[in-house]
Amino acid sequence: MAIAENGTCTCCDAPTEEDLLERLKAFLEDYKNTPGALIPVLQITQNLFGYLPESALKLIAERLDKSFSEVAGVVGFYSFFSTEPRGKHLVRVCLGTACYVRGGKDVLDALKGSLKVEVGRTTEDRNFTLDVGRCFGACGLAPVIMIDDNVHQGVKPTQVASILEQYREGGAK
Amino acid sequence: MTQATLTTKVALKINGVTVEADMGMTILQAAATAGIRIPTMCYLENVSCIGACRVCLCEVEGARNLVAACSTPAVPNMKVKTNSRRVREARKTVVELLLSEHAGDCPTCDRNADCELQALARELGIHENRYEGERTHKSLDLSTPAVLRDSGKCIKCRRCVSVCAETQGVGALFPQGRGFDTVIGPAFARELSTVPCVQCGQCAAVCPVGAITEQSHIERVWDALDDPNVHVVVQTAPAIRAALGECFGCEPGTLVTGKMVAALRRLGFDGVFDTNFTADLTILEEGTELLTRLKKALVDKEDVALPMFTSCSPGWIKFAEYYHPDMLPNLSTCKSPQQMFGTLAKTYYAKKLDKTAQEIFCVSVMPCTAKKFECQRPEMFDSGAQDVDAVLTTRELGRMIQEAGIDFMGLPDEEMDAPMGMSTGAADIFANTGGVMEAALRTAYEIITGRQLPMEKLHIAPIMGLEGIKEAAVTIEGAVPAWSFLEGVTVKVAVSHGLTNANKLMELIKSGERSYHFIEVMTCTGGCIGGGGQPRFCTDEVRKARISAIYREDEGKSLRKSHDNPAVKQLYEDFLGQPLGEKSHHLLHTRYTPRVRV
Repeated sequence: MAIAENGTCTCCDAPTEEDLLERLKAFLEDYKNTPGALIPVLQITQNLFGYLPESALKLIAERLDKSFSEVAGVVGFYSFFSTEPRGKHLVRVCLGTACYVRGGKDVLDALKGSLKVEVGRTTEDRNFTLDVGRCFGACGLAPVIMIDDNVHQGVKPTQVASILEQYREGGAK
Repeated sequence: MTQATLTTKVALKINGVTVEADMGMTILQAAATAGIRIPTMCYLENVSCIGACRVCLCEVEGARNLVAACSTPAVPNMKVKTNSRRVREARKTVVELLLSEHAGDCPTCDRNADCELQALARELGIHENRYEGERTHKSLDLSTPAVLRDSGKCIKCRRCVSVCAETQGVGALFPQGRGFDTVIGPAFARELSTVPCVQCGQCAAVCPVGAITEQSHIERVWDALDDPNVHVVVQTAPAIRAALGECFGCEPGTLVTGKMVAALRRLGFDGVFDTNFTADLTILEEGTELLTRLKKALVDKEDVALPMFTSCSPGWIKFAEYYHPDMLPNLSTCKSPQQMFGTLAKTYYAKKLDKTAQEIFCVSVMPCTAKKFECQRPEMFDSGAQDVDAVLTTRELGRMIQEAGIDFMGLPDEEMDAPMGMSTGAADIFANTGGVMEAALRTAYEIITGRQLPMEKLHIAPIMGLEGIKEAAVTIEGAVPAWSFLEGVTVKVAVSHGLTNANKLMELIKSGERSYHFIEVMTCTGGCIGGGGQPRFCTDEVRKARISAIYREDEGKSLRKSHDNPAVKQLYEDFLGQPLGEKSHHLLHTRYTPRVRV
């Protein structure tokens, strides 16, 4: 990757980590003396980077005057925070009671097989991250999966491959 | 406003008895004032309420559920039952569930017979394991020189989290993860060496079980004692004599200096000496350093780092290296008394015996875990070998005495060996918050004015006791000619203990709100008597008892000012030359390293 002077990558327009850290610093200035700032700051950071890199967490600890252990503890407590780079698309399988009873677990197994990753991991091509959730509030449509902001209802294990296909390069979505 | 809102007292009934509690007290505190004991586990004084363990559950009339006594305020007309059948059964279940997860190997655990969970199980009458299930996974963290963590034994009470964050301002430990898989540990449940832990061991001091302890040096000390080719010397810190007795059933505050010396001889040490000796020496070196800095500032108008901070407490040193690297020039360059002793044992004393540094094995007994970190710092090899080879905590010494089958309480009182066992009362008080400062002023005042410090019993009352930050000012009148530049100068000093208080003091100084000449910082609450290596369990009441024992030891001595120590005078005549001289500079002073916090 070639880095231009303004901190962006010259071969694509994606900002570098250093560039994003600079932007995070600006956000942190606003939150410096705000009580209870940690969780909003972590959300901003995850939106900025797509995940929570350690360099950002250390910067947050330093600027908000919190210990790194506390910041890490909060990140680890909430399942929506991720310390691993996420794929382009987030695939979440509902394992709430209704979805579980109607075969959510089998859908998950099919996704694992199709994507060749375990829960919480990202495919080698960085296209998909597989995750699970506990009830998306769509029990009548069970079993459901969510890919990014789209809900797929009544999913059967055999449909998994074709659903994923829509999200691949050149797919329908 | 009605009468009721004006009153500062609250009347409630606990177990049918009317109790008058102060407004704002919890049920737990109100019960304690009436002498009613409610069992607790996560409760810790001086930090905010944790409320994690639910062991202190009580029944309150009108409340649907049982309430935690530690976190429920006592209110007027409340009717509390602390020991009903419902309460007893609930408490029992809570502890049974803790036991069901706890991966404790009681007979081989460091805390066997000194474990709060064991004691609670006995107290609540738990005789069977009704809940079989998955146990916490054993995971040993041996990554730091002083503190050992075994997460398998952790019951997640969070006392360590509170003391590390609130009392010490470090926050090395925090719950990581969620539910059964929660680990109380450093960021991302990695090793302790990956976070800025200062090794003070307060986490180990408050741990109710065997999840956090010190890295033991007992085996290496036994090995040295059994080796006929090494000459093994031992030094004991001033705080040990006021606490070691607690390992043998004595009340806190029992002085056992003579028995401690006798026990060390029976363990086989070739020389039984006193860290007090180098505490006196520290006063001469550090006092001279302070006066030199003051002279540079006031007479030579040089830009010199003031205020000067004491450097005896290795947790504070590591803390300053992490959190206040800009202030490192303000730390006294004096090594701690432990390290001065180690260097001298392997040079001055070795020379007397015609031995090399390598032929001496130097053991220290410390109230502290951070001393185990300090002794292996790269700066601490000035004798040509590691100056201090092994550090035992007070608890470890107690265990060695037991292992050796010595009847401690039946021992006669014995005296320390000469010359490095000689000390004054000024050295004893190094054990207490405010003590190093008082010892320094006893000597400095007399050097400057030629007269004794004009205070009752030589004590500086404003800097005694458990208040977190203390101040005193002494105006110099009648300075002798050599120090005439200090005539009329009001020397301002401050004392803090607990690193959060050190932080507060630092902020006051950096903002310009306060200015001082000399500041004593001790890492642990109460000073060394409340150190991370002292017998458990240390409350403020225990701290006060140990502190008054130390002042008794000081007041009982004929010599109470460091510069009067004849063995220290001899040391300068025979070996060192003068304070801050060439040899002192090389052997007794050190340097500090800024460290990266995250």
